[in-house]
Amino acid sequence: MGITDWIEIGRMDELGRMDTPAHRIDARAKAIVTLAFIVVVMSFPCHEISALTPFLLYPIVLLSLGRIPLRYILRKILIAAPFALVIGILNPFIDRQPLSVIGPFVVTGGWVSFVSIMFRFILTVGAALTLVACTGMYRLGAGLEKIGVPRVFVVQLLFLYRYLFVVSNEAVTMMRSAALRSAGRSLSFRVYISMISHLLLRSMDRADRVYRAMIARGFDGEVRVLRQSAFHWPDAIFVCGCLILFLLARIWNIADGLGQLLAGGVL
Amino acid sequence: MHMADALISPVVGGTLWVVSGGLIAFCARKVKQTLRDNLVPMMGVLGAFIFAAQMINFSIPGTGSSGHLGGGLILTVLIGPYAAFLVIASVLTVQAFFFADGGLLALGCNIFNLGFFPAFVAYPLIYRVIAKNQHGTSRAWVAALVAAVVGLQLGAFSVVLETKASGISELPFGAFVLMMLPIHLAIGVVEGLATATVISFVARARPEALPTAPASGASVSLRPVLIGLAITTVIIGGVVSWFASTHPDGLEWSMAKVSGKEELESPGAGIHESLAKVQEKTAFLPDYGFKFTEAAPETAASAEHAAAPETEPWPAVNAGTSVAGIVGGLMTLVLACLVGFVFRTRSIQSAHGQG
Repeated sequence: MGITDWIEIGRMDELGRMDTPAHRIDARAKAIVTLAFIVVVMSFPCHEISALTPFLLYPIVLLSLGRIPLRYILRKILIAAPFALVIGILNPFIDRQPLSVIGPFVVTGGWVSFVSIMFRFILTVGAALTLVACTGMYRLGAGLEKIGVPRVFVVQLLFLYRYLFVVSNEAVTMMRSAALRSAGRSLSFRVYISMISHLLLRSMDRADRVYRAMIARGFDGEVRVLRQSAFHWPDAIFVCGCLILFLLARIWNIADGLGQLLAGGVL
Repeated sequence: MHMADALISPVVGGTLWVVSGGLIAFCARKVKQTLRDNLVPMMGVLGAFIFAAQMINFSIPGTGSSGHLGGGLILTVLIGPYAAFLVIASVLTVQAFFFADGGLLALGCNIFNLGFFPAFVAYPLIYRVIAKNQHGTSRAWVAALVAAVVGLQLGAFSVVLETKASGISELPFGAFVLMMLPIHLAIGVVEGLATATVISFVARARPEALPTAPASGASVSLRPVLIGLAITTVIIGGVVSWFASTHPDGLEWSMAKVSGKEELESPGAGIHESLAKVQEKTAFLPDYGFKFTEAAPETAASAEHAAAPETEPWPAVNAGTSVAGIVGGLMTLVLACLVGFVFRTRSIQSAHGQG
């Protein structure tokens, strides 16, 4: 995780604060639909590709409704890709069972499942990023609490998110000063430990100051999460509509059907 | 060590969601009971610290690679297992949301692998036993090293089990274990050294910061450990029993396929190949899991879907149905809980207005 990622997270926060039709959908509705989306996508058998394609529609529609730049999300997906790539790329070497022949190439099961894994990766990561970009952390936290996530955990998420920028700015400052003193060499273990330990002590001091400030403002051990959104009819329609669409796309291979229809029309 | 959604079947992902969700609820209750108000900002800021600490890398001499602190063990030493588990879970959640580092479906797995083992196994069973709260001594060094290594090894092994049970990656079990464990042994040593050094630094510079840990950690009961282990044993036991019956066979045919590619014409290999085809069609869990997860949102359709697996030619019916039973039951449970929560929050809201 580099410094550039840090600027990215700020960008994500900015996107999450916008006010568009996609942002106005209740956070709970989006969270539920996103989770359902991921589960349905991952429930396909491992050699499926074509039937997955209609699912691309959901993140794309939501991203466009939310006026989120597609390139930004794509770049984030790409950054996260290596793990799935490393594990998935072994499939073609293990499963060499030929499935079909396209021209001079024999397509093996391993390649098909590899492509399927990578496509699912794009879909699931894309959906998760879409959720955050179209909701923002604060609305998402409030939504999670309403779904029934323990309040202590929601407060922890929001606190973490709030201080992420503060503490990491401190870390960036430390790294810059270390870089200025080390003439381009990377950190030795000794320096690293000293930096990390000081960062830890500073963080704990900060937590103490935050606590005193909270006490001074009447904190009684109970954190109140600001609630604004309400679950309206359009949200319910959004949830039901999406779930029905996912189910239909899961039962019927829409892409295949479309292909047959088109081919039939030509022939 | 973050697992990605693309390699996890909904069954495995859902099961570990339930396990991790239960642990979060349990820890949240425990943290609430500690009555330490200052724990709230402390947890939040320490979570942010873990993030920031992962940005800073040091070079490992002679290897050309770099390392950083994972943070699970150090958090547990500082604020006790319950609070630490919540902090780790929140860090992983934010990582999943903002960096696509580990997916949403895999979040349960990641929280379990990276949170449960350091907080509820490595810390209470190893670190505390060896270190005996004598921070900064050589005892504590050994304790941190062993605890970090064991915690990470268990986590890595659990990654292998979860990936294998999902059946999407076709990596053989043995090769996967051989790939994951040595890497995480090295990471564990680095993590242990870093943890021990930071703790001894804090013990010297700010000794009063450390005694807070035993105060909340002293009363650590074995209950969450036992409950967590019991649940996962049931699940993994079910999955492993399934593998035990079909997998040696499966390994054989995949070996035969790889090595006997040239002799495809020979009748023996042909039979093997076609058997393999049949088995491959039936043996993978995702095909199986889908029926249940899809049945989950559509309760009306559940009856016909639940009946469907029996019609498939299944090589080891007993083991298979045991997995199916566990998984199907858990998924229905999740669904029931979810519906309950939704209805409850709706009704509370309508009863109390703004609540």
